[in-house]
Amino acid sequence: MAAPRRAAVRPKADRMQSFIHFESVSKNFGAAKVVDELDFHVGKEEFVSLLGPSGSGKTTLLMMLAGFERPSSGAIHLDGRRIEHLPPYKREMGVVFQNYALFPHMTIAENVAFPLKMRGVGAAERESRTLKALELVQLAHLRERKPSQLSGGQQQRIALSRALVYEPKVVLMDEPLSALDKQLREHMQLEIRELHRKLGLTVIFVTHDQSEALTMSDRIAVLNHGKIEQFDTPTGLYDRPRTRFVAEFIGETNLLPGTVESSRDGEKTIRMADGTGLTCRDASDFSPGASVMVSVRPEMMHVAGAAGENRIEATLDDCVYHGDHVRLHMHRGDIRLVAKAHRRDAQAAMGGAVGVSFRSDECTLVAP
Amino acid sequence: MIRQRLNACLLVAPLVVFLGLFFIWPLWAMLVTSVQGGTVRETFPQTAIALADWDGAGEPPAAAGDAIVADLRLEVPTERFGDSVRTLNSQYPGFRTLLPRTARAVREAPAGEKVDLAGIDPRWTDRALWLVMKRAMPAYTDANLLAALDLRRDDAGAIAAVPPEMAVNRATMTRTFVISAQVTLLCIAIGLPFAMITASLTGWKRNLLLVAVLLPLWTSLLVRTASWMILLQDNGLINQALLGLGIIDRPLALIYNRAGVLIAMTHVLLPFMVLPIYASLLAIPKNLLPAAAALGARPWQSFLHVLLPLAMPGLLAGSLLVFMVALGYYITPALTGGAGDQMISSVIAFYAIGTANWGMAGALGLFLLIPTTALYLVYGRLSKPAGAA
Repeated sequence: MAAPRRAAVRPKADRMQSFIHFESVSKNFGAAKVVDELDFHVGKEEFVSLLGPSGSGKTTLLMMLAGFERPSSGAIHLDGRRIEHLPPYKREMGVVFQNYALFPHMTIAENVAFPLKMRGVGAAERESRTLKALELVQLAHLRERKPSQLSGGQQQRIALSRALVYEPKVVLMDEPLSALDKQLREHMQLEIRELHRKLGLTVIFVTHDQSEALTMSDRIAVLNHGKIEQFDTPTGLYDRPRTRFVAEFIGETNLLPGTVESSRDGEKTIRMADGTGLTCRDASDFSPGASVMVSVRPEMMHVAGAAGENRIEATLDDCVYHGDHVRLHMHRGDIRLVAKAHRRDAQAAMGGAVGVSFRSDECTLVAP
Repeated sequence: MIRQRLNACLLVAPLVVFLGLFFIWPLWAMLVTSVQGGTVRETFPQTAIALADWDGAGEPPAAAGDAIVADLRLEVPTERFGDSVRTLNSQYPGFRTLLPRTARAVREAPAGEKVDLAGIDPRWTDRALWLVMKRAMPAYTDANLLAALDLRRDDAGAIAAVPPEMAVNRATMTRTFVISAQVTLLCIAIGLPFAMITASLTGWKRNLLLVAVLLPLWTSLLVRTASWMILLQDNGLINQALLGLGIIDRPLALIYNRAGVLIAMTHVLLPFMVLPIYASLLAIPKNLLPAAAALGARPWQSFLHVLLPLAMPGLLAGSLLVFMVALGYYITPALTGGAGDQMISSVIAFYAIGTANWGMAGALGLFLLIPTTALYLVYGRLSKPAGAA
């Protein structure tokens, strides 16, 4: 699991006014409700990822923003102006497509100059701005080539440069890195972050890769079945998932089912079916009697020492070596548990029964 | 290894034999025929030899007279004889009466006896007549090629234009190219939008449109042309419908003129335009047009800057196909056109079938083949960069 860097540093959205506003937007394809009454804001210069499994409506959302789909109901506002009725070419957005969508019959320079040419920018200015945009992605030396002569990563950067050349208000990216190999993808993630910061772009980034979303975004909207499960910062999503879907989709988690016994000052006592009592201090507001799941991240599960208030016994099934850490696969009844532990701590766990503990402020309650 | 290679050769052998027999050999034969001396030489072989050494300046050699008598004694097919007479007559009016008369006289004379040609007809003493004879029977000649371009050699041997009333080939040739170009443009005008619509549809709608294109292709050309003759007549379906609707008050002249030729040929050739364009449109990645729109291109800009350039290979291939096929059309113009709409193929058919003048037919065919080949080479050159990209 990629650690959420930069996490708490940029909760910018609340500081900024709404730049993009989806106002109870729905989209139906026939009987299927692909986007269901969505309502959310994106701030200026914010980097927001739309994250979800395929079919969650994230691409439809992007297509509505770009102008390729009309909402069935609701309104989309950009900078205070309603845009849902505008055709794509009037929306002034830069779009980076999944497979780059470079024009194969044009050179790289012509590709990048295309948006300027469409806007009637004069030849001289076009040339200088194209060059600048190409220098932004460090590929000015390839400007006379054809797209087919470039590698995937280079094509990706050209697509980016083409989307940025006319300084659009918003840059939309539809899984732009999915076709690249892992190393190149990670490099490009940093490069896109860098451009975002340097140019002060507002970016809407669609992805199904949760680690990519965590790495890059200021905030992430987790979508499922056309609804937003949670719209939060990467840290918020990872540390305080509000639904089971988010807990399982972002990273990895252990889920311990139980019933809320009491709730006092945010501190809840949960009784598991076998009688084990757990304490959890989080922001959720489950009332006593509600059945819940206690979500604990594998790296918050401690196998050595008494690091937390909550302690459960489990049986060790396997211990898998991962170099910098070991993964302990355990079960307790029919609940499967995973813990990420330091190699040194793992020694203590050998031998069947393991006692694992976690802190009450490092777990979250979600609805089952 | 050698066995494998032999097998491979055997595999392509039928193709090679077929191409050789039905493509290369006929082409070569056509070329050769168009420059050969032709029927006059075949009809008068001994005269040809006798006249070969004559420079045309002085008196014709005495042996020539004997040679022509000997040639006239031979049995030749009447068709070939008639053709030779026609050829000679076209250069020296009078051969039409002179040769049959002489032939009759020669054949009536007892074998082996010397025949006095001047006694049969005084024209045999005319040096110009012998000169025409000599010119009409060279081993190789450019007469057919020149005639195909409405040119001929005058008495001095210089190239000159034929009298205007006989100069029809150039006009017909020009008309052939103009009609072919018009048909090609019409096919683009109809075929490009049609292919674009077809490529944008899916499922049964796309199949329906494709069948609509292909169905005429599976119907006999003659049937399609005949159908147009029925539809386009003065009291045909179209005129009756327009009259009935009160849009026109007298029938439009839709057939036996240029309009009829263009309508029928465009219909017949449309599939050759639609299918290549359709194929090239399908090859365009689906996200390019949305990308163009997202980058600020209005629909017409997307069409002009993205769709059209990418469909160009198909458009060129289709245009070339339509143009080249149109150049060779003659049934359709013959049936749906007027006298002023006949294409060069009709003339070729006339020479080949009507008068058995294969040299002339070959020469005209050659002038049809040259531009076609040139066009094909240009197309190959044009489409290469696109193919490499």
